[in-house]
Amino acid sequence: MPKVNGASLLRGLIGTAGLLVVLEAAGRLGAWDTERLPLVSTVLLRAGELLTDPEFLVSARSSLTTWALALLVTIAIAVPAGLLLGMVKPAELAVRPLIEFLRPIPSVALIPLVILLYSETTHMRITVAVYAALWPVLINTIYGVRDVDPLAKETLRSFGFGPGSVAYRVVLPGAAPFIATGIRLAASVAIVLVVTSELIAGGIEGIGVYITIAASGNRLDLMIGATILVGLFGILVNAVLVAGENRLFRWHRARAGAAT
Amino acid sequence: MLELVDLSHTYGSYRAIDRVNLKVAQGEVVCIVGPSGCGKSTLLRSIAGLIKPTGGTVLLDGKPVDGSPENLAVVFQDYSRSLYPWMSAVANVGLPLRRRGLDKKRRDAAAMAALEQVGLAGAAAKFPWEMSGGMQQRVSIARALAYQPKLLLMDEPFGSVDAQTREELEDLTLRVCAHHGMTILLITHDVDESVYVGDRVVVLSKAPGTVVGDLPVQLPGPRDQIHTRELDAFVRLRAEVGRLVRGMTPHRNTHGFGVETR
Repeated sequence: MPKVNGASLLRGLIGTAGLLVVLEAAGRLGAWDTERLPLVSTVLLRAGELLTDPEFLVSARSSLTTWALALLVTIAIAVPAGLLLGMVKPAELAVRPLIEFLRPIPSVALIPLVILLYSETTHMRITVAVYAALWPVLINTIYGVRDVDPLAKETLRSFGFGPGSVAYRVVLPGAAPFIATGIRLAASVAIVLVVTSELIAGGIEGIGVYITIAASGNRLDLMIGATILVGLFGILVNAVLVAGENRLFRWHRARAGAAT
Repeated sequence: MLELVDLSHTYGSYRAIDRVNLKVAQGEVVCIVGPSGCGKSTLLRSIAGLIKPTGGTVLLDGKPVDGSPENLAVVFQDYSRSLYPWMSAVANVGLPLRRRGLDKKRRDAAAMAALEQVGLAGAAAKFPWEMSGGMQQRVSIARALAYQPKLLLMDEPFGSVDAQTREELEDLTLRVCAHHGMTILLITHDVDESVYVGDRVVVLSKAPGTVVGDLPVQLPGPRDQIHTRELDAFVRLRAEVGRLVRGMTPHRNTHGFGVETR
């Protein structure tokens, strides 16, 4: 898990600010037609304004809800499936070819099909996002389960605990750090897919729809402003999840650290 | 209380143990010693119900063992793998007590009492990875004690700690188990340790492991790391066990220690 400390955060901020200043200066010096492509300062101002713009907020709430639901559905499917496949070798062997076939199919390529299947856009968006977000959680869970020490399981068995208890008390907590990493990756993937499906399918609400409408009105400032907000949201989600992992799985880090 | 009848186990075509017969009485401390690869761990895992032996029977209190027996606990050599790193010491010790149907308050109380017995009352809130190896193995021992098994199996329990800690843990085990009146089966490759800790030393041959010696240890108690180890009786018995482990012909009962060999 990447550890963010004060010094590296400061350097990152300096780098970002530097780039923005250079772009702003280039725009003001006439490097491009700012009537077409707005200045950095204009875009940032619009992004700030969007946070209080009711029309944008309706779109944002729709995307956010869809994203959260997609992530929940992903976890509800992929974690139990991963636990099962990780613990039952024959099941994993039976399903492995199917996983290897389905996993490389880009979720975006399925959007036209999914549009035909659903008349309701929330279900459509959730389906597309879940399809893409499923894999990191599933694969991480399988590997996490496999990584659980056999002796840890045997210890509990020797005290007379049954397979269910061993799965719940040893396998699940032991695999949890891997599962959490999978969920963090899935969270980012789901953001991408929710917005992408909105861009492609259209509909009445969602940030992707908002961006499409801004584009049709030739409002590049609003398009880029909304896009920046999506990016910031992604960073925020990632940071929160990393912090959560660092806090919950101190034991895992301590162990990994001791092993090296 | 424990009886092994013609216990055998083969992995594929590899025969790990071959017709092991052994009777252990209530309250006895029996050390099983043998050269590496004599199937010591296979023997222990068969008794603990972790593997199903391919031949013979394990009887516990006269009943054949099927699955993991109720009144049994195991202390493994590899404490760092056998303790749960996501749990504090007291939670690790209390976990098996769920099988006893105790509520959290009583589990914690029993776990604390066991940690106190192994001298770790002050470290109850620590996590295994915050402890030294010796401390971690003390937690494992406390976990077994708290469970109050009738039979305690120990698989090379002191094999991964430094020499001084090892002596401390040997004495600790003798002390607390005498206190609880527990029956112990301790597996080791260390001849010295087997004689020092055991009431009886059972020697296994090279694989396929089978019993080649069963020697009562008659040393005055309480045992002491310095004095016991310099007793003539200790030195002779150690030599006797050493010869058996190396597969040499034993001296025939010349010193009056009741050496039985087959």
